[in-house]
Amino acid sequence: MSEQLIVCEHLAYTYNADTPRDAVPAVRDISFSVARGEYIAVLGHNGSGKSTLAKLLNLILEPTAGRLTVDGVDTTSPDFSEDDLFEVRRKVGMVFQNPDNQLVATVVEEDVAFGPENLGLPRAEIRRRVDDALREVDMSEYALHATHKLSGGQKQRVAIAGMIAMKPDCIIFDESTAMLDPRGRHEVLDAMERLHRDEGIAVIHITHYMEEAARADRILVINEGKLAMDGTPKEVFSQAETLRGWGLEVPQTVELLMALREAGFDLPIDCLTSDECVAALLPHLAGEADA
Amino acid sequence: MKTEMTLGQFFPGESVLHRMDPRVKILLSIAYIVAIFLCHYVLTYALMALFTLFLILISGIPFRTILRSLRPIVLILIITSIINLLMTGGEGEPLFAWKFIHIYEEGLWRAGFMAVRVILLVVSATLLLTYTTSPIALTDAIESLLTPLKWLHVPVHEFAMMMSIALRFIPTLTEETGRIMNAQKSRGSSLSTGGLITRVKALIPVIVPLFISAFQRAMDLATAMECRCYRGGKGRTRLRAYHLHFSDYFMPCLFAALIVAIVLGNKYLPDLVGWGYSL
Repeated sequence: MSEQLIVCEHLAYTYNADTPRDAVPAVRDISFSVARGEYIAVLGHNGSGKSTLAKLLNLILEPTAGRLTVDGVDTTSPDFSEDDLFEVRRKVGMVFQNPDNQLVATVVEEDVAFGPENLGLPRAEIRRRVDDALREVDMSEYALHATHKLSGGQKQRVAIAGMIAMKPDCIIFDESTAMLDPRGRHEVLDAMERLHRDEGIAVIHITHYMEEAARADRILVINEGKLAMDGTPKEVFSQAETLRGWGLEVPQTVELLMALREAGFDLPIDCLTSDECVAALLPHLAGEADA
Repeated sequence: MKTEMTLGQFFPGESVLHRMDPRVKILLSIAYIVAIFLCHYVLTYALMALFTLFLILISGIPFRTILRSLRPIVLILIITSIINLLMTGGEGEPLFAWKFIHIYEEGLWRAGFMAVRVILLVVSATLLLTYTTSPIALTDAIESLLTPLKWLHVPVHEFAMMMSIALRFIPTLTEETGRIMNAQKSRGSSLSTGGLITRVKALIPVIVPLFISAFQRAMDLATAMECRCYRGGKGRTRLRAYHLHFSDYFMPCLFAALIVAIVLGNKYLPDLVGWGYSL
C-alpha cells in the first residue's frame, strides 16, 4: 500500500486525438497527487477540463500522454491488464451529476448491489456490504423502495452507497450536487464528509459552488486544461483577482471582506465561513460604536 | 399513478401466487397454454374455467381488475366470434339463415369455445405473470430459464440486462416526455387540436428532444456502469436468490393433475354425459 493513492505526472487528454483537424485538447500537462484520506475540491469554469480530469483518474478515459499511478500501480505500463483496470475502477469510485442516469436497478438495494455483483462476491458478502453501505448514507429504511420515486438527494445517496459497497479508497464526486435543491445538496455533502471523516476515504469533489469547495482541505483550480492553483482554501481564495480572471467567483465572505478592505478597513480576506467572518468583523464594529 | 401503470401493472402482495418462484410461474404459464389447447369438450372447458377461478381467488386480486385486463381484447373477441359463427359449417339444419348468412349449432359452439379460450389465456397470463410478479423478478427468471442458450453463444445476460434497464428507465422517460410536452405547449404548440396529421406533426418536436436526451442518458449510464466495474455477465454473482418453497412443488403437481383430468375428460366425458359439443 503506497502513501500516495493517485499520482498524476504530466497527464494529458485530447478528444478526437486520431483526427488532428477535430482534436480538442481538454487536459494538458497536469501533475499532482492525492494522498490517502485527503479531501480535495476541484474548481474550474465550464469547459476548463475538470470533468475530463475526473474521468482520467479512474480510466474511463485513457490519458493520451503522461503517467497515472493508482495505489502504486502504473496504469500506463504495458503489463497493465484488464483485471488491473477493474481494480483501479473499484479503488477510485465516481458519483456523477445526474442522479437519474447512474442508477441501474429499479429497487434501491438491487442498485447498491450492482457493483459488488460485478466484482463476483459471494451472496452473503454482497448482502452485508449492501446493508452497511445503506446504513452509512442513512438510507436503510428505503432498501426496498423503487429508485424512481426518491428525491434527487436520496438518489445521489443511493449512488454513493453503490460506491461504498465496492470498498473504494477514493470517491470522485463529479458535480454531484449541481442538480439538487439546497436540501439535497446538504444531504450529499454530509454523506461525502462523513466518508472522509469516519471511513478515511479520499474525496475529490468537483464543483462550481465556492462555499462547498471551501470546506475541503485542499483546492485544485483547473484553467484551460492546466493546473492553475493548488493550495489550501485560504491560499486559493485570497487570490480573488486571479480567480476572477479565470471566470471563477470567491465565497461571499471573501467578497464582503475585500470590499471592506477597499473602503480602508484593515481586515484579513481569507475568512471562509460566516463564523470566521463575524469574528474578524466584530472588533471593528465595537470600535465604531466606541468612536 | 401514470408511472405505476407503465411499470408492468404489478400488484404487490403476499399471496401464494406472489410468493412463487418466477421461473416456476413462467413454466406453469406454458403448461396452462398446453392445457387449454388440450380442451375439446364443453365440460373440460368448464373445468379449466373453474381452475382459473381458483387461481384468481388465491391471488387476492379483485375481479374488477381482472375484468379490466380483458378490455383491450374485446374487439379481438368480437371479430373471432363472428368469423367462427359465419365460417363454421354444420351437418344439420342451420339455426338461422338469411341470404348468404348461415349459422349452425356447431358455429355457436366453436365461437363460444374460441372466446372462452382467449379470455382464459389472457386472464391466466396476466394473473400468473404481470399481476403477481415484479418486472425485475420476471427478467431474472427469463435470464435463468434461458441460461442453456448460452452454450449456443446467445447473449442471454445482455438481453436480460437490457430488459431490466428498459424497465428502470420507463418512469424516467415518461416524466421527461411530460416535461417536454409542457415546454412545447408553453411555446404555443398544441398537441390536442387539429386532425390526425396535424397532431402527429405536433408530436415531432416532442419526440426529437426525447430521443436526444435518451441517447445522452444511455451514454451517462454506460459510463456509470463502467465505473462500477460492469463487464458483462462474466464472473457476476447476484444478491437475490430464488429458493423453491412448498407451493413451487405443489402448484406444478396441481397443474399436472389438471392436464390429466382434461385429457381423460375429453375422452370419456362426452359418452358418459351424452350431452354437449365436442370438437
